[in-house]
Amino acid sequence: MTPPTTESATARLGRLLTMVPWLVNRQGIDLRRAADELGVSTDQLEADLRLLFLCGYGQMPDELIEADWEGGRVFVGNADEISRPLRLGVDEAVTLIVGLRALREVPGLDERDAVDRALAKLESAAGEAAAPASRVRAEVGSRVEADVLSRVRGALADHRRLHLRYVVPARDEATERDVDPMRVVGMDGAWYLEGWCHRAEDVRLFRLDRIEDLVVLDVDGTPPQQAHERDLSEGTFRPAPDDVTVVLRLLPGATWVADHYAVDDVEEVPASEGGGLRVSLRTADTAWLRRLLWRLGGAGRVESPADLAAEVLGGADAALAAYSRA
Amino acid sequence: MSSENGGGAPSGAQAKTERLLNLVLVLLYTRRPLSKAQIRRLVPQYAANASVEAFERMFERDKDELRELGVPLVTEDIDALWEDEPGYRIHQRDYALPDIAFEPDELAVLGLASRTWAQASLAGPAAQALRKLRAAGVERDAEALIGIEPRLRTTEPAFDAVKDAVVRRVRLRFGYRRPEDAEASERHVQPWSLVSWNGRWYLTAYDEDREAPRVFRLSRISGAVRTVGRPGAFEVPEDHEPHVMARREGTPATQPSPAVVRVRQGAGHSLRRRARTVGDVDDTWSLLDLDYHDLDMQAEELASYGADVVVEQPPELVDAVVERLRGAVLAHGGAVR
Repeated sequence: MTPPTTESATARLGRLLTMVPWLVNRQGIDLRRAADELGVSTDQLEADLRLLFLCGYGQMPDELIEADWEGGRVFVGNADEISRPLRLGVDEAVTLIVGLRALREVPGLDERDAVDRALAKLESAAGEAAAPASRVRAEVGSRVEADVLSRVRGALADHRRLHLRYVVPARDEATERDVDPMRVVGMDGAWYLEGWCHRAEDVRLFRLDRIEDLVVLDVDGTPPQQAHERDLSEGTFRPAPDDVTVVLRLLPGATWVADHYAVDDVEEVPASEGGGLRVSLRTADTAWLRRLLWRLGGAGRVESPADLAAEVLGGADAALAAYSRA
Repeated sequence: MSSENGGGAPSGAQAKTERLLNLVLVLLYTRRPLSKAQIRRLVPQYAANASVEAFERMFERDKDELRELGVPLVTEDIDALWEDEPGYRIHQRDYALPDIAFEPDELAVLGLASRTWAQASLAGPAAQALRKLRAAGVERDAEALIGIEPRLRTTEPAFDAVKDAVVRRVRLRFGYRRPEDAEASERHVQPWSLVSWNGRWYLTAYDEDREAPRVFRLSRISGAVRTVGRPGAFEVPEDHEPHVMARREGTPATQPSPAVVRVRQGAGHSLRRRARTVGDVDDTWSLLDLDYHDLDMQAEELASYGADVVVEQPPELVDAVVERLRGAVLAHGGAVR
């Protein structure tokens, strides 16, 4: 993570005031390693060291900070005034405190005691900067049984294969799968197991609260070499090139769909035409869309493709047939 | 030694960082408050400034920016005889992070807490905070494998502005659009807290126009978020429970009602998981006893199974499901009998 090229003078100062104590306590550290751990390029680190070298509490040579990185090893001296880090800023205190409190809520976390001790020390170190943290509250995923989370974590740590019975409510489908665990990620309110699925012969994400049954197999669960972690920075949904594009007309009561699902385009429909939205989205599988449209009960309509609209109609007709006997 | 830009004078930002760093060093080093004139002599970038007025303007801005960064720059009287001449210094005890030793397992969970923000707009402060805490620490294997990766995302454009206002207690105004509204309306609020729930961020606030507490979903804030007035402008009620208020949105608590539904074999997996009892009628159907809280929400869920689920009881739930299925038929050009 390289700081943006537009780093402001004060942001850079803040970074230097953190960097100096870090380096003072690691005299002789390898330049490249220091840059890595400080989250900057080696060029940036050298530029920072050149700047430090020009600063001091006075301008006589013995009043200036010493910075030396000859031969790729970094030494920083004569910086007693700033040899301790600046107190935590509000954003700094808030991120760590809110992050720790979120960890506390993870069901069945063995490290809860460490979290509590870290939290107590951090709050006392942060002083006043800790107060606003009480007004920010985050959740990383609570909808999971402690037992499922801890067994999946155990399988990951021991490199064991898992057998899952997995339910996908949107498709009303339950499948049996063998999975080699790769990592356990908590995001968007749920916990996910990412792993190599032997049924799909590909990397898949499984939401832990949809695992109906779980067995840790006595089989090596090291994922194959071609298994690569997915980039989850855009969320868990990943459109594919061969997806079908679906256009939905959403009346005012159904516009929540645009918030809830990953939609590509959203167009507002004027009140004179009934209001609401027209959205388009891409999906490989339309079973969940049929179910969504039955649920919306007329507040949503498939505009295209026509065969999906016909399936929604046919399915709703078939369902109504069961009630018309009486 | 060549300068940063391959020769020539240092860039403006570079010169400013040098000036601010020198100012911090000078004010930390001094044992007595320093007058502006002394500061101007000791910080070479100020000394180089042509006029006293230009220096004073620059110094005023620099003081504000250092305080914004969290540097505790204070004003003290230099001398009882010279009361109108303020002096400036930074006390080491107020400047430095207290020396606190963290155990390896504590550092491991702090690392996890910091990385939780790695893909959010607060990634920078989260990483810097951890570096500060680890500054004095001897390298230890603090990255113990906890085996989980919690992460928070802040994809809502309004996040940073709302977070700053919550943290500093500054009033806000913004455009907000509820799903049922045709157009966004302007809201004036006292922002109380920021809550993430189910992967979304919510603002709980006192709505000044409606004179009542309200919950706002950040993704529904449209356009710019503007601050109104100064920080610390209001108090957040002591008994405010942000997560309770955010969760209450759309989840009315009522007594459960019983329902009986017929479910096709091999279907209705979620219903089967939460059913009180499941019995097989024949090779095609199972009969489930369920509890539900909200008639409309339950009808929506049951309608979504199409022909795989048939509601037997109660009659009002049957009617509600039939109404939805008819709606879907009509919307897609069909006719209902």
